[in-house]
Amino acid sequence: MTSFFGASVQRVEDDRLLRGLGAYLDDLGDDALAAAFVRSPHAHARITDIDVSGALDVDGLVAIYTFEDLPGRLAEPLPLLIPHPSLTHGRTPYPLAAGEVNHVGEPVVMVVARDRYLAEDAAGQIEVSYQPLPAVVGLAAARAAQHLVHDDVPGNLAGNAVQENGDARAAISAAPHVLELDFEIERSASTPLEGRGVLARWDGQAQRMRIWTSTQTSTGVRAAVAAKLGLALADVDVITPDVGGGFGVKIVHPWPEEVLVPWAARLLGQPVKFTEDRREHFIASAHERAQQHHVRVGFDDGGRILGLDVRFWHDNGAYIPYGLIVPIVTSTQLLGPYKPGAYRVEFDSLYTNTVIVTPYRGAGRPQGAFVMERTMDAIAAALRLDRAVVRERNFIQPGEMPYDQGLIFQDGRPLIYDSGDYPALLAKLKELIGWDQFAAYQQAARAQGRRVGIGLGCYVEGTGVGPYEGGHVVVETSGKVKVATGLTTQGQGHQTVFAQLVADELGVPLADVQIVTGDTRRFGYAVGTFASRAAVMSGSAIALAARKARAKALRVAAEAMEVSADDLEIVDGIVQVKGDPASGIALGTVAVLSNPLRYAFDDAAQAATQFAGGDASRPPVAEGEEPGIEGRAFFSPARSTFASGMHAAIVETDPDTAEVTILRYCVVHDCGRLINPRIVEGQIHGGVAQGVAGALYERMAYDDAGQLQNASFMDFLMPYVSEVPARIEIGHQQTPSPLNPLGIKGAGEAGVIPGAAVLAAAIEDAEGFPVTSMPMSPSDLFELRRTHKDTP
Amino acid sequence: MSGGEELHEVRLTVNGAAYQVRVPARRLLSDCIRHDLGLTGTHVGCEHGVCGACTILLDGDPVRSCLMLAVSADGAQITTVEGLAEPDGTLSPVQQAFADCHGLQCGFCTPGFLTTITAGLRATPDPGEQQAREMVGGNLCRCTGYHNIVASVLRAAQIQRERAARRP
Amino acid sequence: MKPPPLRYSRPTSLAEALAVLASLGPGGKVLAGGQSLLPLLSMRLAAPDHLVDINRLADLAYVRVDGGQVRVGALARHAQVLADLPARTAQPLLAKALRFVAHAAIRNRGTTVGSIVHADPAGEMPAVLALLAGTVRVASQGGERVVPASEFFLGPLEPAVRTAELATEICFPVLPRAAGTGFAEVSRRQGDYAVCGVAAMVQLGDDGRIAAARAAYLSVGPSPLVIDLTEAVTAAPAGGPGFAAAAELARQHVDPEPDIHATAAYRRHLAGVLTERALAEAAGEAREPGTP
Repeated sequence: MTSFFGASVQRVEDDRLLRGLGAYLDDLGDDALAAAFVRSPHAHARITDIDVSGALDVDGLVAIYTFEDLPGRLAEPLPLLIPHPSLTHGRTPYPLAAGEVNHVGEPVVMVVARDRYLAEDAAGQIEVSYQPLPAVVGLAAARAAQHLVHDDVPGNLAGNAVQENGDARAAISAAPHVLELDFEIERSASTPLEGRGVLARWDGQAQRMRIWTSTQTSTGVRAAVAAKLGLALADVDVITPDVGGGFGVKIVHPWPEEVLVPWAARLLGQPVKFTEDRREHFIASAHERAQQHHVRVGFDDGGRILGLDVRFWHDNGAYIPYGLIVPIVTSTQLLGPYKPGAYRVEFDSLYTNTVIVTPYRGAGRPQGAFVMERTMDAIAAALRLDRAVVRERNFIQPGEMPYDQGLIFQDGRPLIYDSGDYPALLAKLKELIGWDQFAAYQQAARAQGRRVGIGLGCYVEGTGVGPYEGGHVVVETSGKVKVATGLTTQGQGHQTVFAQLVADELGVPLADVQIVTGDTRRFGYAVGTFASRAAVMSGSAIALAARKARAKALRVAAEAMEVSADDLEIVDGIVQVKGDPASGIALGTVAVLSNPLRYAFDDAAQAATQFAGGDASRPPVAEGEEPGIEGRAFFSPARSTFASGMHAAIVETDPDTAEVTILRYCVVHDCGRLINPRIVEGQIHGGVAQGVAGALYERMAYDDAGQLQNASFMDFLMPYVSEVPARIEIGHQQTPSPLNPLGIKGAGEAGVIPGAAVLAAAIEDAEGFPVTSMPMSPSDLFELRRTHKDTP
Repeated sequence: MSGGEELHEVRLTVNGAAYQVRVPARRLLSDCIRHDLGLTGTHVGCEHGVCGACTILLDGDPVRSCLMLAVSADGAQITTVEGLAEPDGTLSPVQQAFADCHGLQCGFCTPGFLTTITAGLRATPDPGEQQAREMVGGNLCRCTGYHNIVASVLRAAQIQRERAARRP
Repeated sequence: MKPPPLRYSRPTSLAEALAVLASLGPGGKVLAGGQSLLPLLSMRLAAPDHLVDINRLADLAYVRVDGGQVRVGALARHAQVLADLPARTAQPLLAKALRFVAHAAIRNRGTTVGSIVHADPAGEMPAVLALLAGTVRVASQGGERVVPASEFFLGPLEPAVRTAELATEICFPVLPRAAGTGFAEVSRRQGDYAVCGVAAMVQLGDDGRIAAARAAYLSVGPSPLVIDLTEAVTAAPAGGPGFAAAAELARQHVDPEPDIHATAAYRRHLAGVLTERALAEAAGEAREPGTP
C-alpha cells in the first residue's frame, strides 16, 4: 500500500472553498448586531471629552461604550502575553482608551448598532476632544527620547537584553580585520486578505459564551476572554472559522475587540459581530520589521568570523503585548548557519506612537538574515573573496550537529541546532543558480550596457516551538475517523496534511478522515499556529494519537478474531490478518465491539451487546482501558527543530529608470521530511512573494506626526502577479529532525526570510555600491546612485 | 437593514435565479450579495477596489462589487462563485484547475480569481503564459505568490478543451 | 468602510438627468462608472447629498469616429473604448494610454469621460486629452458648451464642470497623416497611478523629418502639463542621437512633488527618460503607421 506521507495529494478543503461555501467570520452571524469603533486620529493625545450626544438619534443605534463603562478586569490593560526578565517596562493598551491614546487607530469608543452602516453613522457623530501631545515616530526619535510615549517609561525603553557566547569584543580587538556596518529595515505587515473579526453569542440560560474569531489561537482567546469576563474556561467556547490568511498578525490576542464584543453580547443579550475593514487593519492591528543595526565584526584573512558584536534597536510600537519575541528571534536567528568565534548581541526595544509590532511571517528572522548576510558580503568584498566561499568557511559542519550556539532561543530553551547540512545546501544552490558561471554572464551584459547582479542569502529557522500540541483521534462506528487538534488553520492545508498522517498510521482511506482544528469544544489544550510549528507539533501529536488508536483497534480486533495483535494489519480500513484480506473486519465494526453495550441502537451495534459473545469471566471494559477506539496524545519536544535554506537571485537594474527586475529566483530548502511536497512548495511561493515584496515594495509610511500615509492597498504596495518572480526554482534537501516522531521540520516561514538580504546583495552586485537598507524602490535606487555617482 | 433611509427596489438575477430586495441607495453591491442575498462566497478584502476579492461578473464582465451600489445593478445578470459549477454539481474547468494545481491556500481571494478567469477564458480560450498572467493581473493574493494561480489558468484552458472535445 | 446615507435618482434620459441636476444644485453628484467615486464614499471622504446615476443613459454609451474626431460618450466604459477598433486606428494614443489605466475589472465599469472629469493629474486620460487638445462637451439644463482641454483642468481633482452640469462627450482629434504617438509610464505596481508618465506626439513634415513634437506629462504637477518640444527636437542633427534635448527641456519644465513613492528629483529624472522613450515610439509610428 502506498504511503500518503510524501505524496502531493489534492487538498480536501478545496472543493468547499472553490464553490464559495467557505465560512469566514463575516459570513457568520447574519442576525448579529454590528460593532464599529471611534478611533484616535492622533498619534499621541490626551482625551479631554467624549460627546456622544450627536449619535443618540441615529436610527438603529443600540449602545455606545467608553472606558468609563468598562467594569472590573475589562478596565485593566490587556494582558502582557509573553513576559521576560528583560522586559522591564512592558505596557499594554486598555480595551478602550483610558484617557490617553498612543497611536492613530487606537479604539476610544465602541458603538453597537443594527448593522455596520448605521454603526459607522453613529460613530461619525461622536465627538472626541483631544489635547494632542508630541508624537514619537521612528527609531531615531524613540532613541533620542526628547519626548516619551509613556510618561513612566524613561527613554522609551521597553526592555534591553544582552546575550553572548564567548567574548566577542576581545575577539574583535584581536582580529586581523575589522568592519563596522550599519543596517536598516523598515516596517511592513502581514496584511492577510481577510482582516480580523469576532462574533460572540451569549447563552443567558446556560450562562455560556460562544465566540468565533479569525484567530491563530483559539485556546489563547478563550483563556484571555474567560479571564477578562470572569467566566470559567469550561463556559467559553472559541471556534475558529475559515480564516483568510494570518501570517502572524492573528496570533495576537486578545484584541480589544475580542474582549469587548463578547462583553457587549452578554450585556445586551444579543449576538454581536465586529468585522474589521481594511483601513482598520492598517491602523489597529499590527506591523513588524523596523529595526536599526550596528555591527562590528572581526575576521581573519580567510573570512572566518572571529567575533561578531551586534547592537540593534527595535521599534515595538505603542504597546508591547507580545513581549520581546521579535527582537529575541532576531538576536538568535541572526547567526544563521554560521559559528562565529564569539558573539554578542544587545538590543533595545523602544516604544513609538505607532501601531504595535508583533510577529509577521519570519518574526524577526528576516532582519537577522539581512544583517548577517550583508555582513558576510561585506567581509567578502573587503577580502576580495567569493561571497559563497566566505560563507562556506563559516558554516557549522554536518559532523558538528547537534550544535549549541550558547544562547537562549525564543522558546526559553537552549539554541541547539539538531540537524542540517549547510555545505550541501550551498552546493545545491550554486549549481541551481549557476553561481560560478555568473561572472562571465555579468561581463557580457555589462558590455551591452546592462546591469545585472547576483546575490545569495542563507538562513536557519527554529521551528516546531513548544510548549506542546495535542491530538485526538476517534474511530467511529461508521469507520470514519474524526481527528481534532487545538491549533488553527489559515490556509496551510492542515485538513489534508494531518489526514495524510492519520490515513497512514491507521491504514484508512484518506477520504474517511476528517480533521477539525481550532475549536475548543473539540480540543481544549493547545497553544496556536505560529513559528512554523503546526506540522511538527500537531502533526506529531496526531500521529502519536493515531498510533494509540491503532494499537487499541488491533487489541480489540485481536481478541474478537482470536489472533495475536502482531499478526494483524489495517488496509483500507479493514483489520485483517497480514496478507489475508478475506479474514478482515471493518475498523468501524471494531469500534462497535470496543464499546460494550446493553442497548443496541442499530443492527450493527447488536454485535456489541451483552448476549452477543465475549468472555463472561472478565470485565466488559478491561482495567486501564476505555470504551471506544480513541487515541489522545501530546507532543512536547525539549527544543525547537531547525530548518534551513538558501536563496539566490539574479536581478537586472534599469540604468535609466532604476527599476529592478528579478531575472531568476532560486530556493534550496531543508525542512526535513515533507508530508505533502506540493503544499510545502506553495508555502515557499507565498513566502518568497512576501520576501520580494518586503525588499522592493512594502513599507509603512509614517509621517513625523505619526499619521500612516498609506493605510490602504492603493498606497501600501502589496504585490500583484506582475511584481513577483514568474518562476521560482526550488531544490530540496532533507535532513530529518531527530526531535519528533515524523522527522519533519517547519516550512511555513522559510520563503520570506532571506528575501531582503538576497535582493540587496544582487542589487549591490549590479550597481557596485553598498546597499544597507531595505526596502529599495526605484526612487531609492536612483537617489543612492546620485549619492554614489563617483563610484565606477 | 438601515431604517429611516429611503429604500429602493432592486431586481437582480444572480446565478440564474431572480431576486428582489429593498435596500438603501448606499448599500454596496458586495454587501447586498453577501448579506441580503446570503451568497457569502464573494468576499470583501479592501472596499476600495484594489484587491479584487469581491469581483463578480456583471452581464458577463468582471467588475468589483465593492465599487458598485446595489441600486446601480438593478436589472443586471450577475454571476458569483456560487454559480460557476455545472448544473450537475461538477466543478467548472476553472474550479477544477485550481484544485488540480493547488491554486488556493486560504481561499479568501479565490472567488474573485475564479470569476475573473472564467470571463477571461471566454475571451481568450487559449492563453499563453503572458496572457494568463495578464488575466489575473488585477487580483491580489497573499498566500500563493501567484505561481500556482497562473498554472491554474493554463490548466483550466486545457480542461475546457478536453471537455469540449468529449462533448457529443 | 461604508458610504454615508445618500439619496439617489436614476434618470432614464439626458433631459431628465439635467433637470434633476439643476434641481439639486451643489448637493447633486453624478455617478457614472463610480470607480473613483465609490472608494471616496466608502472612506467617507466625500458625502454628497444626492447621487444622480446616469448608467441608464444608454444613448451616451458610444464610441464614434466622425468629423476628424474620436467621440466618446459619457457612458462609454474604458474597456469599450480600448476594444473599439476604428477608434484605436483613428487615434492610437487612446489604446496605448488606456492599457495603463488600473486593471481590467476597473476598466469594465469606469468611463473614460468620468476619469477625465475626475481630473486626477496622475491619471492617464487627462494627459491624453491635453496632449491631443481635445474638447469636452458639457451640458446643463441651460444649454451646452464645449470646453477645450487647455481650459478643462483647473487643478488637482478640479475640472471645469460646474454645479448641475454633466459632461456628455469628449472628443479626441484623430491622428493626422504622417504623425505618430507614444506613451510611456513608470508606476510602482502594474496598474497603479504613474510615478511619472508621458504621452507624446510627433508630426513629420513633407521631407520625412520631424516638423513638430509635443508631450503631456502625468504626475509631475497639479494638472496635466503640455510642453511643446518642437524646437528641442528639430534642432537635433538629422539622424542624430535623438531626443536628449527634449528630455532636458522636459526636466526643466516639470515641477513634481515628492510623495511616499518617489522623490521630486526622481520624478524629474523620469520625465526626461520617458520623454525620450515616448518620442521614439511616436517617431517610429509616424514613419511606419500601424507599428504597435
